[in-house]
Amino acid sequence: MAKFKKKGGKGTPAISTASLPDIIFMLLFFFMVTTTMREATLLVKIKPPEATEVQKLEKKSLVDYIYIGPPQKKQLGTDSRIQLNDQFATDLKDIREFIELGRSQRDEADRKLITTSLKVDKDTKMGIVTDVKQELREVGAFKINYSTAKKQIAKR
Amino acid sequence: MARPVNEINAGSMADIAFLLLIFFLVTTTMDVDTGITRKLPPPPPEDMEDIKVKERNIFKVLVNKNDRLLLNGIPGDIGELRSRTMEFLRSGDLKNPASSTDMPEKREADIPLLGGQIWISKGIISLKNDRGTSYDMYIQVQNELAAAIRELRDELSNKFFGMRFDQLTDEDKIDAIQEAVPVAISEAEPEDIGGK
Repeated sequence: MAKFKKKGGKGTPAISTASLPDIIFMLLFFFMVTTTMREATLLVKIKPPEATEVQKLEKKSLVDYIYIGPPQKKQLGTDSRIQLNDQFATDLKDIREFIELGRSQRDEADRKLITTSLKVDKDTKMGIVTDVKQELREVGAFKINYSTAKKQIAKR
Repeated sequence: MARPVNEINAGSMADIAFLLLIFFLVTTTMDVDTGITRKLPPPPPEDMEDIKVKERNIFKVLVNKNDRLLLNGIPGDIGELRSRTMEFLRSGDLKNPASSTDMPEKREADIPLLGGQIWISKGIISLKNDRGTSYDMYIQVQNELAAAIRELRDELSNKFFGMRFDQLTDEDKIDAIQEAVPVAISEAEPEDIGGK
């Protein structure tokens, strides 16, 4: 007859999980830090129009944004203005520079895939939008995206 | 004599941290950018002559500075734009080269997946807006046109492949449908009537 085994004895000691929280916290901080969005601070008010036939904008790293809308500061008037990066465009020719800067920051192979997203306030008149579009045509930035919110409606 | 203090069990610390981590992962979903994608035409060369297109092949959509619509010369409503566009662009019988005189002409196309030699509509939508048109109205019009084209594609896709266009996964099939129902929207330079 076998004898009763002694309790304890040679079992492997449990791995200390005391450092696990630290690892997880590290992950947590990593995510918190990396998910900061790189987007310009808006100087213009933008209420996008709504549409039903919207597509998702893929590959955000290949998108340049042009904002058009009335300035947030009332002193600057209520006329719609163009914002490129962090400042107002003073002239339509600035768009050319903006697009070319965007191109030079991307790889040669990706340059054709750059999309220009137009974020335009819904009360803006088409005149200024058309000017921008003409300028984009001149520069050769043909892929554009009219930024719109998705409208949820029942099917007609 | 001070009693030895029991060590606090830190085993659940990991769970708490996990919970936080998952909370942040879930809440930091970035707002997805959505929009209507369009391709601008390249600037016309200096010496380009006007391309002549027959009247019956064009569906004229005009938007004035008061956001009112003119569809082929008759005042229209945004609600009927989609059905009118679909009616205009629909190719009808793909095997028949003729079309009724009030519909656009047809051109021949060779798309093997849709039955080889087929005849598709030559129709073009000409969109013209005023500089004073509001952007919101412009997007609504673009949206209706996009919807019309999508529904036509769905129709064709349902007929040949038995599923909606956006459910297709085969690249060749997608290309075939896209070729049969192109995004035929031409934008004229706007006129300055309403001012900025």
